[in-house]
Amino acid sequence: MTGTINLAAEVQQASGVANLAWLLLVLPAFGAAVLLIAGRRADKWGHLLGSATVIGAFAYAVLLFFDTTSLAADDRTREAHLFDWISIHSLNVEFGLRLDPLSLTFVLLITGVGSLIHIYSIGYMSDDRDRRRFFAYLNLFVSAMLLLVLGNGFVTLYFGWEGVGLASYLLIGWYQGKDFAATAAKKAFLMNRVGDVGLALAIFLMFKNMGSTQYSVVFDKIGEQSTGVIVAIGILLLLGACGKSGQFPLQAWLPDAMAGPTPVSALIHAATMVTAGVYLIARSNPLYSLPQAEDARLVVMIVGAVTLLIGCVIGCAYDDFKKVLAYSTVSQIGYMILAVGLGPAGYAFGILHLLTHGFFKAGLFLGAGSVMHGMNDEGDIRRLGGLAKKMPITFITWTLGYLALIGFPFLSGYFSKDAIIAAAFSEGGSRGWIFGGIALLGAGLTAFYMTRLLILVFLGKPRWENLKSEDGRAYHPHESGWTMTLPMIVLAVGSVGAGAILSGVLPEWLAPTLGELVEEHGPLSHTVIAILTVAISAIGAGIAFALFGRREQPVTRPQRVSFPVRAARADLYGNHLNEALFARPGVWLTRFLVFVDNRGVDGLVNGIAAGLGGSSGRLRRLQTGFVRSYALSMLGGSILVIAALLMVRFA
Amino acid sequence: MSVMSSVLLLAQEQAPAAPVRAEAPPVTAIWPILIVLGAACLSVLFEALLPKDLRWSFQVALTLLTIAAAGVKLITYVSDAPAAGETAMFGTLAVDRPALFLWGTLLALSLGAVLLIADRSVEPGGSFVATAAIRPGTVQDRAQVASTGMQTEVFPLTLFALGGMMTFCAANDLLTMFVALEVLSLPLYLMCGLARRRRLLSQEAAVKYFLLGAFASAFFLYGVALLYGYAGSVRLADIAEAAAGSDRSDTLLFAGMGLLVVGLLFKAAVGPFHTWTPDVYQGAPTPVTAFMAACTKVAAFGGILRVLQVALESTQWEWRGVLWGVAIVSMVIGAVLGLTQTDVKRMIAYSSVAHAGFLLIGSIAVTDKGLSSTLFYLLTYGFTTIATFGVISLVRDSSGEATHLSQWAGLAKRSPLLAGVFTFLLLALAGIPLTSGFVGKFVVFEAALSDGMGPLVVVALVASAVAAFFYLRVIVLMYFSEPAADGPTVTVPGAFTTAAITLGVIITLLLGIAPAFALDWASSGVFAIR
Repeated sequence: MTGTINLAAEVQQASGVANLAWLLLVLPAFGAAVLLIAGRRADKWGHLLGSATVIGAFAYAVLLFFDTTSLAADDRTREAHLFDWISIHSLNVEFGLRLDPLSLTFVLLITGVGSLIHIYSIGYMSDDRDRRRFFAYLNLFVSAMLLLVLGNGFVTLYFGWEGVGLASYLLIGWYQGKDFAATAAKKAFLMNRVGDVGLALAIFLMFKNMGSTQYSVVFDKIGEQSTGVIVAIGILLLLGACGKSGQFPLQAWLPDAMAGPTPVSALIHAATMVTAGVYLIARSNPLYSLPQAEDARLVVMIVGAVTLLIGCVIGCAYDDFKKVLAYSTVSQIGYMILAVGLGPAGYAFGILHLLTHGFFKAGLFLGAGSVMHGMNDEGDIRRLGGLAKKMPITFITWTLGYLALIGFPFLSGYFSKDAIIAAAFSEGGSRGWIFGGIALLGAGLTAFYMTRLLILVFLGKPRWENLKSEDGRAYHPHESGWTMTLPMIVLAVGSVGAGAILSGVLPEWLAPTLGELVEEHGPLSHTVIAILTVAISAIGAGIAFALFGRREQPVTRPQRVSFPVRAARADLYGNHLNEALFARPGVWLTRFLVFVDNRGVDGLVNGIAAGLGGSSGRLRRLQTGFVRSYALSMLGGSILVIAALLMVRFA
Repeated sequence: MSVMSSVLLLAQEQAPAAPVRAEAPPVTAIWPILIVLGAACLSVLFEALLPKDLRWSFQVALTLLTIAAAGVKLITYVSDAPAAGETAMFGTLAVDRPALFLWGTLLALSLGAVLLIADRSVEPGGSFVATAAIRPGTVQDRAQVASTGMQTEVFPLTLFALGGMMTFCAANDLLTMFVALEVLSLPLYLMCGLARRRRLLSQEAAVKYFLLGAFASAFFLYGVALLYGYAGSVRLADIAEAAAGSDRSDTLLFAGMGLLVVGLLFKAAVGPFHTWTPDVYQGAPTPVTAFMAACTKVAAFGGILRVLQVALESTQWEWRGVLWGVAIVSMVIGAVLGLTQTDVKRMIAYSSVAHAGFLLIGSIAVTDKGLSSTLFYLLTYGFTTIATFGVISLVRDSSGEATHLSQWAGLAKRSPLLAGVFTFLLLALAGIPLTSGFVGKFVVFEAALSDGMGPLVVVALVASAVAAFFYLRVIVLMYFSEPAADGPTVTVPGAFTTAAITLGVIITLLLGIAPAFALDWASSGVFAIR
């Protein structure tokens, strides 16, 4: 643990290939700027430029990766100073990039998945007349996300953090004509603000107590701080993470964010941006690893566990293809947060699950997008069904992603999720049983709702045959073009193989940033846990098959359902809770303040103004225009002055 | 007029009745005064001897040349003047750094005022009446304008007043100060009554000013008499010496001090001795108002500063509290009464009462900083005021200047340039940053704070906030109201008025952005006590 803290002092100066790291930021930013400034003139080639900048960034990231692996493990943490950004008195914010295994992992994920999704979007957005602007926003997002993970201080991170928030807002509200899209964008923006306040306060606390916001200084000095400060910063950072990553209690915006185009859901709201919270906590591992931060870590774990359960339960009840996936994302990020909350025993597993999840969840979303693309944008799974034959590639790639997610043996999720469950059990004592049990239960629920999804969409009877879409067209499902299937295939390959490969090398690769993986052994051996997980997942899938696979499903939602289903359909009353706890008191507070402002403040101000005006009008009558009264007032004044002088002297 | 100057000379000769300080009168130091007063006499001769059609050009040339020559003499003297100052005219005048600064300020301000006075393009025939019996706009009036161009008595009057002001703020004894007070006041009384338009108002203003001025002079003179009774001398230095350590009756000292200060406060238009100000500012011809508002204020505060800092410094703990009260009354009266004024000139008059309160704050901080900040404030306020009245003189309708505020509604649509300039000047009067008004207030309040007058500064800030309201009201009126159908027109000013306004605006801006050089000059020295 102390090793990770001392690492801050061993930061190397970037050289060679790493000196060009700014290209990572500038390439997509340049793409965004050109596409936005050039306007309609760039319509013909805008999507190509947009994709090229991200693919270029990916190519450079691969180069940088191999450059880094050629170094000794201790030299892999490097910083590239770009310029002094803010320099006021004691506040000195440097604009620099930190190139270490953790940030490079994220860079590869962002640019890699980003490239695939850019290519996919060429096909997906081909009918949209604003495709160029869409690519501009995507580029903006990639640039901001890279800044978020590459910055070498919390202020730079915050800059990127807000940048991705902006891009996310713009893209969720992409279909501007639709009310729900605008509302969803606003909701996402506002709920993220709540988290951002936490992050901002954490940064202020760092500056106040440690005099800097750079990683190197903060992580160097964090050990000297009082427990109160450490726990406060830890919990405030967690609040920031909750906002960005859709964690309890700020999870409600993420499913609504599915109002955006599907590539956006895949890239921003599944693979990359929503994992920023996990990155933040993993990046702050020197803080969370401190023994004083025990309480903060416990809160992190609780949040992760609660969220993973909420996500699973609600995911079981939804009928919207993308929203189910969104809740699945919420729950999977819950796993990651739980993992990083475990401390040194879990950081690497959290990142591992983040990467594998990035592959299969992006693939699942792209599959969903492909289905909707071929089905007149129909997202209600009760109106789909039997699409496996119509869309074979989509079906196969999606099924591989599905199997990876539910943790089918030797696919990606098996390695990453099982590792987290095992690590949770190894926490030991009642904590180990509680968190491990929740994680295990979550695995079963995941298998249940994902199987339900698979059955309702791809298997069973084609319920859409006798239906028409909202705009009155008949459904003609068809396989998508190569720009869309190619990324799906690549991601499917990743879903199958990534876990096996990464689980072997990742912990060691990340060790310079996250510290050595601490192997702990709980009451159950890893083999037992693996068998248990697979068994419970199989049970979940089996129940789903029994419920949905064997009977014909109604096209409309059954209305008479039990309370748990109603609760899950209502997001476990999360929105009601938010409404009751925050929104309504907020509205009352606003009304009260408006009242105070109107009656109190305005009354006071107007009263003073009226008082002054009134006294002015009255005093004005003293200005009679008669010299005699003027002379009298002078005389009076003189007598007063002289009397006062004499009184002061002789009193 | 010539009688008056001889009175002055007589007074100056008689002044050193007490121990004669045998020193050669160093004329170099007082050249500026001599030039101004000499030119005033010459100007009277011009008026008597020159044919009517030549007078205007000769008088304008003479006045401008006089101011320029006095300025040149002043500058050449300043460069090698003794740092501690020196006395002149047998010890009756103290030519020290503050006096030189005030002279420079007075000359520069009167240049602006003279430019406004000399203008004949805004009002054909100038702002001044020729013969009281001829009504403006009649056949006779036009005939007279054609034959004479303009009545020019105002020029010698201006020069005499200017000479009196310069003497006033350099006076080293109370008798010289009194004579200078009369020399500056009498021409002003006359000038107030010279308005071409709204003559009754103008003449009423002149009479009021004269009566109240005489009243105030009586206070002043009585104060001088009591102080002479106390100290046995009218010299400021002797009074200071006597007040610092003597067993004579303090009743004489404080009663005399009170009366003297009242006389001075009257001239400076400090409330509650301000009652003449709105009526006179409104009634007087606008160029004269500009001259009076800017230059009289400078001279009066020059005198107040000198009396307080030289003669009464040792008793400051007695009078300071009283003047605190006076300053508060003045600021409150100016700010509050300004709110309900409907006439632009009256509004500026109340603004000047509030400003007098601010200036008094600087004056009662008996420190070097208090002195220099007050001097700087006088400079900034003078230029802003001259330009303000210059602008006011441009907004006219068929009966002359349209000074009622309702007539200014929507002026920005008719004349964006004029509205912009006036807005800038009002912001300067309100003390908004980037204008000289802000820097002036800032240095005065800073000086007051460092001399332990925190509560007074708080009151001053509140008063300036209240006063800002009526400045902003005019701005809102000009920009956001619909112009009246039969609203006034904005006259395109001639070269003279343009020059005066431009001068005022540029200096207001310059002192707002780069005040350092003027502040350095204002703080280059203190009063000489001799």
